[in-house]
Amino acid sequence: MSLQESASVTFSESPGRIALRTLSRDKRSWVALTVLAIIFLLALFAPVYSHFVAKTDPFASSLDATVLIHGESKPVLEPSTTGLGLGVTPIGPTWSTKYFLGADSQGRDVAARLLYGGRNTLFIGITAGLITIVLSLLIGLIAGYRKGWVDSILSRLLDVIWAFPVYLLAISLSVVLLTSGLTLGFLHFGPGSMALPIVIIGVVYVPYVARPIRGQVLALREREFVRAAVGSGAKHSTIVFREILPNVLPSVLVFIPIMVALSMLTESALSFLSIGVQPPSASWGTIINDGLGLLYTRPWVAISPGLMIVLTAAALNLYGDAVRDALDPKTRARSDS
Amino acid sequence: MRRRTMAISTIAAAALALSMVGSTSGSAADGKLAPYDKAHAGGVVKLVAAAAAGTIDPKVNYTGQYWQLFQATYDGLLSFSYGTGKTTFEVVPDLAEALPKISNGGKTLTFKLRKGVKFSNGKEVTVADVKASFERIFKVSSPTAGSFYNGIVGATACLAKPATCDLSKGVVVDPATNGVVINLTAADDAILSKLAVPHAVINPASAPSKDAGTTLIPTTGAYMFKSYSPTKSLIMVRNPYFKEWSHDAQPQGYPDEIDYNFGLTPTAQVTAVENNQANWAYDPIPADRLNEIGTKYVNQVHVNPLTAMWYLPMNVNIAPFNNVKARQAVNYAIDRAAMVKIFGGTQLAAPVCSFLPPNFPGHVDYCGYTKGGTPEKPAKAWTAPDLEKAKALVKASGTAGQPVAIVVSDDDVNKQMGVYLQSVLNSIGYKATVKPISGNIQFTYIQNTKNKVQISVTQWYQDYPAASDFLSVLLGCQSFTPNSDSSINMAGYCNKAIDAKMAKAIALGVTDPTAANKLWGAIDQEVMKDAPVAVAFTPKQLDFISSSTKNYIFSLQYKMFVSQLQVK
Repeated sequence: MSLQESASVTFSESPGRIALRTLSRDKRSWVALTVLAIIFLLALFAPVYSHFVAKTDPFASSLDATVLIHGESKPVLEPSTTGLGLGVTPIGPTWSTKYFLGADSQGRDVAARLLYGGRNTLFIGITAGLITIVLSLLIGLIAGYRKGWVDSILSRLLDVIWAFPVYLLAISLSVVLLTSGLTLGFLHFGPGSMALPIVIIGVVYVPYVARPIRGQVLALREREFVRAAVGSGAKHSTIVFREILPNVLPSVLVFIPIMVALSMLTESALSFLSIGVQPPSASWGTIINDGLGLLYTRPWVAISPGLMIVLTAAALNLYGDAVRDALDPKTRARSDS
Repeated sequence: MRRRTMAISTIAAAALALSMVGSTSGSAADGKLAPYDKAHAGGVVKLVAAAAAGTIDPKVNYTGQYWQLFQATYDGLLSFSYGTGKTTFEVVPDLAEALPKISNGGKTLTFKLRKGVKFSNGKEVTVADVKASFERIFKVSSPTAGSFYNGIVGATACLAKPATCDLSKGVVVDPATNGVVINLTAADDAILSKLAVPHAVINPASAPSKDAGTTLIPTTGAYMFKSYSPTKSLIMVRNPYFKEWSHDAQPQGYPDEIDYNFGLTPTAQVTAVENNQANWAYDPIPADRLNEIGTKYVNQVHVNPLTAMWYLPMNVNIAPFNNVKARQAVNYAIDRAAMVKIFGGTQLAAPVCSFLPPNFPGHVDYCGYTKGGTPEKPAKAWTAPDLEKAKALVKASGTAGQPVAIVVSDDDVNKQMGVYLQSVLNSIGYKATVKPISGNIQFTYIQNTKNKVQISVTQWYQDYPAASDFLSVLLGCQSFTPNSDSSINMAGYCNKAIDAKMAKAIALGVTDPTAANKLWGAIDQEVMKDAPVAVAFTPKQLDFISSSTKNYIFSLQYKMFVSQLQVK
């Protein structure tokens, strides 16, 4: 393709289309999307696996259950027969349909819980991440565009949240709300509700996203095309949604996978500390917690959800990098050359 | 009368002890403590635990963790013997010169205070300290004030108005003769044992009139507390004013210092003991380390039976457990064998469902809540849960679908118990949640009615070898104090008719212990018809000591004798 042809193609396409094309050519994005798709599918089919493959209820204790291994019936919780005969050890990975990854201390199928746990972790991660993005965008746009006292109030509010270390704030809020529940207007979330970690995580990260958006809006507000729109008498909503928002969106899009990954990690941390997802529900964090007491004998109980978290977070970050590069003209130019 | 009372203690203790002789390495064949061997004196004993056990005030603290230490630090007029086997429950004179002279139909106990015993601050113990100490039981609202010491003349007024407690008529002292007379409103067959537990120790009259918390109260025993930080450590050193006056009651200790460090996870505790960085681990050994220590460290593991129980108090005053059918449903539903598995297996615990533990005075082998049994026609022993009956009872009670929060301590074993119970309660129709809270506060939290605890998981280790210590203390009306952290009757159960029978059994015990124990057995079965609690299993004590630790001695009363450990 000649330089002239290339230039004509480039100028005839919108920036979004160019970014999409670049993204589709990026191998990193395909690797990340493939990994994420597999994990999402596994989580989606958790009930199918649990019901038809493992044939177990992953939320009920099965301390007296037995499992057939190579035609031999074995207790899921095996009493020690050596030495003083102390202790009861959950069965390890059978690598077969039942108890594929072994059992936890309650005799529950770890593989089935891992898939169900993935559903919760991913759901909370995505929902909380999106709440952060939406709230941040709203606050950033309003504060940056309105400036003055509105900006002062919103910025100080963000400062207050920012003043607390994010995990400390999330833990404190979780501990308090976990006992009392949360009422937001007509909405009430009970003490064990999954909405609690979603709201908490969604809120604590807002300053980290809203601040840069606000800064960007402040800069955009002084640009000629915005001034021209103001001068031509355009409505505030038109200026914000037609002139400013499209220029902020690339940054927001880059933030999405990063915030989902961060929210997922925070959820896992809270659940690990028993202040996130509540039993008998599972998340990858709660399963790591379950496995903590079995590290010496059944390390897979803790390792498997840990691996899932690492894989998902890495895939999301990889995809985030690819999105950023696709949306950044400088990086794109470098990669084109 | 005096002989009778003594006979009760001896018979009960001997029967119990003979059936439950644990592993010991430092006691003579007759169960008495071996003579002191100076060659092994010295060194520092290092104990480790995940958390402290709250207040260090011996009149308020009601945990096995600190009672184990109080034996080496504080003394009462009487004490349980530093013995094993048949002497483990023997009450011996401690600060008193001899066992009391009992008169007036068992209602008057006359002691003579030993002369020359000094507190760790150098001041001599006087009869004024004795009187003040008994009044202090009520002033600090000791958890057993209403259950152990309510029979002292004047105690009723003290319970009503603790701040102005005056036991002038109940504890009469004579500084001239060092005499102490304790007057009771009624004869009490377990009074000697009650006077031998830490809540009856003698503190200086100047000790604070409220829970001392972390303030260190001068001691009389072989050791004194040097410092206490509940988040860090508790340090005990030799009491400079201690001179052994009774080898049975308060023997000289071996280590120069006993350091109790907090904050180590149970698994880190095991590793510390394995590596000789600690001498003993307090917390239950984590499930995934049991097999390891049971095979690799056989000689360092000591397993001893206990007169104790793990049980689930159900609040009879709030829904859903204000309905007897709901409580009975829980009793039928829990799989006690499963709970034993969570605890570590059959080598470490055994399922039970009677309130009085096996081999305990008054115990009867029965189980009203098992497959094939009913409270009216109980089976001999627990065999299996009956989920169908449990579900039917929940349905009949009209409480199905109600939310139930299970309050458990946040250590691994308790949390697992909570998760298991949640599964059981959900399976019979409730919407259960687990509420793990710090082991530092769980025991007092579940006692206070303000916290509206519906059901919890807790343990009870005997204070003294008498049925009243279980039934009267845990389920008697006098042990229920609304809005108080010291309300050991966690179920809030108060049945006046049964309370009257308990009083009758206590009185009968003075003259006819066999008939009294028979009555206690009947009371046990009657109480369990109301099912204010669900008894799960009776545990065994597993002590894991380092290879450098010698002279392990176990007593059913205070478990391992910390002061007798040798590290030199």
